[in-house]
Amino acid sequence: MKHLLSTRDLSRDDAVAILDTALDMAEVRQRDVKKLPTLRGKTVANVFFEDSTRTRLSFEAAALALSADVTTFTAQGSSVSKGESLKDTLQTIEAMGADFIVLRHQHSGAAQAVVDNRWVDAHMINAGDGTHEHPTQALLDAMTMRSRLKGDAARGSDLDDISITIVGDVVHSRVARSNAWLLHTLGASVTFAAPRTLIPRGIDHWGAKVVDTLDEALDERPDVVMCLRIQRERMSSGFFPSETEYSTVWGMTPARLAALPDTSIVMHPGPMNRGLEIAGSVADSAQSTVTDQVTNGVATRMAVLYHLMGADS
Amino acid sequence: MSIVIRGASLCGETSADILIENGVITDVGTVSVRATRVIDANGLIALPGLVDLHTHLREPGGEGAETILSGSRAAASGGFTAVHAMANTNPVADNANIVERVQERGRQAGYVEVRPIGAVTKNLEGEQLADIGAMARSTARVTVFSDDGKCVGDSLLMRRALEYVATFGGVVAQHAQDPRLTIDALVNEGPVSADLGLRGWPSVAEESIIARDVLLAEYVGARLHICHLSTAGSVDVIRWAKKRGIAVTAEVTPHHLMLTDETVRSNSPIFKVNPPLRTAEDVEALRAAVADGTIDIVATDHAPHASATKDCTWHDASFGMVGLESALPVVLATLVEPGHVSWKDVARIMSTTPATIGRVHGYDAPLVVGSPAHITLVDPTSRGTWSTDRLEGLSTNSPYLGIELPGRIVGTLFNGTETVVDGTLVDAEALRKP
Repeated sequence: MKHLLSTRDLSRDDAVAILDTALDMAEVRQRDVKKLPTLRGKTVANVFFEDSTRTRLSFEAAALALSADVTTFTAQGSSVSKGESLKDTLQTIEAMGADFIVLRHQHSGAAQAVVDNRWVDAHMINAGDGTHEHPTQALLDAMTMRSRLKGDAARGSDLDDISITIVGDVVHSRVARSNAWLLHTLGASVTFAAPRTLIPRGIDHWGAKVVDTLDEALDERPDVVMCLRIQRERMSSGFFPSETEYSTVWGMTPARLAALPDTSIVMHPGPMNRGLEIAGSVADSAQSTVTDQVTNGVATRMAVLYHLMGADS
Repeated sequence: MSIVIRGASLCGETSADILIENGVITDVGTVSVRATRVIDANGLIALPGLVDLHTHLREPGGEGAETILSGSRAAASGGFTAVHAMANTNPVADNANIVERVQERGRQAGYVEVRPIGAVTKNLEGEQLADIGAMARSTARVTVFSDDGKCVGDSLLMRRALEYVATFGGVVAQHAQDPRLTIDALVNEGPVSADLGLRGWPSVAEESIIARDVLLAEYVGARLHICHLSTAGSVDVIRWAKKRGIAVTAEVTPHHLMLTDETVRSNSPIFKVNPPLRTAEDVEALRAAVADGTIDIVATDHAPHASATKDCTWHDASFGMVGLESALPVVLATLVEPGHVSWKDVARIMSTTPATIGRVHGYDAPLVVGSPAHITLVDPTSRGTWSTDRLEGLSTNSPYLGIELPGRIVGTLFNGTETVVDGTLVDAEALRKP
């Protein structure tokens, strides 16, 4: 595996291998010396055309923990604002010596286009492309589910028999797409709950169930409820009328948490709108995995870098 | 100067010789006259010169992608003898000055008749009517008006446009795309857009505008032409309108007859086009609609783009494909070979009817004595892998590169002048010699 562009490209065994490596990386992060020499002398370029401080910091931490040199490029105040193309920007960055490019871009298919057109030779990691995919987010979510729901039995296992409800803005969410496909590959069952304005047309083949309200989904007592971030500008575009109505029908409220089994977990990729898609007390509850997800994000990204590095030998 | 074409099958039917003197067909049958030039057309199909109702020649303003000369060359090599140049140039063809200049540049190029299309609204802005009367009465005698590239979205303005254009005997060619339903739309809405996370262009955005416009055309008693139909639902609306007696005509592009949105999964912007490629069910419905006459014509929507506008992400890429050179081969592959239409139908959908819609003279009596010698000779048995060698325009954004296509244009005669000889385009210098 030279690149990580999409969770659709991952087989069950690929995914389980990355998740197992991520467990090892998490252990390294617990040691006194938190670094491995794996990427010594290699350069990881974080190229962020879209602002995402947490994803960028997570990739930086992962690269540094593997002893890589890290360069960071953000679009603001760069030649991109002068109209330079993605192709030219990436070729410039690679010419400065990048072995890995971590790309966040506002356009769906950007990372795939870079690889398909051979604009660069470096390893590409898709760190979010438009409303398409965010594969490392899905992997860190899977790691979190496996660890929280299976504990010591996590290693080597997939997510067979696990049920997940993904609630919110599926149509605009790269997190939802990457998760839906990875979870399907790992044997989990997925239900989407959202107003019909936020469900894409033509997803029958995704193998997910679609319901209208969150309560309908919670009646099935899912193991996982994953809340997606709601962008406030969706209201002005007529996707739903008000914050109050959204949180009433699709918000993860304390009452809805209480109706779930104690063993179920509540996830959110961040950044959260407390009080909109998730109540503050739910986000801070013992069943919330929000900080685990951040911690696991570094370990997962270390594992991805490690596996891509393996393609060179 | 006299030319004899020997032994061509006329529109795929009986074989005959065609005598051409001073640009006019003077005999069809067994010709015994000694001519200055003899074209052996045994095994070839003779069609009336092809007429494209929908061509982007890019001049003025987009000469990096195509010029009137280069686009005329592409047209001739594809067997065309007349093309309609869309108005979305820079500046826009919304006044008499520009349309006269476009027509004159076409005449100077000499490969085909270039018929300018006038904009419906000033600068294609969809707010005020363009100088429709002035363009109609100019030396360019504009009869087709279109804001193509953009839809005349405002209902009141569309009503006025239909009425005003009818005043001058013209036709509005509508690019049917509800602007509000297609904000930032990039690809057909359905499983492919869902998977790729690309903003969907729903079929209903085309169908609802067509439904509105056929009713408006009926109400005001005007002619209406619908550009590039792309969905099965649009076919149903047109079929209903025709049954009701509404004066509507419809076109389909070769690419919508062959390609589906599954090609978009390749992530290659060569397949980015507006309206977008649709589903296999839509392709089947479009083919059947040509076969039963619901769709009147095939038009290329030839849309050249410089390579940099396709060497980028899907989002950044321009919409459009070149199509003049490949139009007949694609029609052969998608309509003739599967048995949907005969060669006689090809003459109708690619020459006679588009000429009627565009009021182009000289096409009403194809391949008969007394008609201007606009003739296309096709070798239907030739097959080959489509490559940039087959493209004569400035741009190479063809979606068929690497695909095997049947048919080859062996000869094109425009007003009795050979623009393609033995499958090779005549160069511009030679063309101008008397």
